Amino acid sequence: MDFGTSSPAPLAAGPTTSVKIVVAGGFGVGKTTFVGAVSEINPLTTEAVMTAASDGIDDLSKVPDKTTTTVAMDFGRVSLDRELILYLFGTPGQNRFWFMWDDLTRGAIGAVVLVDTRRLADCFSAIDYFEDAGLPYIVALNCFDGMLTHDVDDVREALSIPGDVPIVTCDARSRESTKLTLIRLVEHAMSRFAALR
Amino acid sequence: MTGGRTRARYQLAIEALVSTTPRGRSAGYGLIPEHQRICDLCVEVKSLAEIAALMRMPLGVARVMVGDMAETGLIAVHQPSTAEGKPDLALLERVLLGLRNL
Repeated sequence: MDFGTSSPAPLAAGPTTSVKIVVAGGFGVGKTTFVGAVSEINPLTTEAVMTAASDGIDDLSKVPDKTTTTVAMDFGRVSLDRELILYLFGTPGQNRFWFMWDDLTRGAIGAVVLVDTRRLADCFSAIDYFEDAGLPYIVALNCFDGMLTHDVDDVREALSIPGDVPIVTCDARSRESTKLTLIRLVEHAMSRFAALR
Repeated sequence: MTGGRTRARYQLAIEALVSTTPRGRSAGYGLIPEHQRICDLCVEVKSLAEIAALMRMPLGVARVMVGDMAETGLIAVHQPSTAEGKPDLALLERVLLGLRNL
């Protein structure tokens, strides 16, 4: 058999540009469901290994005696055109893994903070983080049973969400609903962009 | 696997896209198994996060490995195009259009 004559396949003219959106919120609020509803792949899980006591330091070689912690985050992928891929990253469930958030939010379009209105307090830290980081974000109230237990205005007041931050309702299980939520975020990021010029 | 390093020489974004170069495709048996698998994986473009997940390796390890492979020309890396660390308006418009067309 002559392997020498087979010419290499031409390089596929594949996607060359990627963007990302962060999906944040408390543990069990439906982040992975949200990501999975619109992703073209089953959500994948990637892990980062960190020392338990580390705070933004990621060089394990200098602290070999400390215990290590594995942080998992789920993500999905949406091809937006032939050359552009959007990645959706769910934040690790436990908000104390802040070191991961810097990696996640660097260069991101913005964030969707998913809120379970029965457990409003769970999303405080995420909102704080994005306010501090100056990252565009919107708040999406996940309606598990098609019902809201609180009025949108009450949620804004309870969480001290600035007036220019959109609050929407969504069903994290629905592709159409998650899509509309992402569109709202991108529109918000664009208006922020324009306002900063 | 990473020569004792846990920090990549340059910080690859988790969403950075990776594709196998013609050189990576033809390198074959001369490579260590992990590099060979990454070359196989990235014949279709993958992000750093996907490589880590599919290779079942921590993100930091994948980051170092992809950095090494880019330096030796086995793969090409497309870092996200951002202006001052943020996607520019033209890119946001493309994202919006793409989402509306889903």
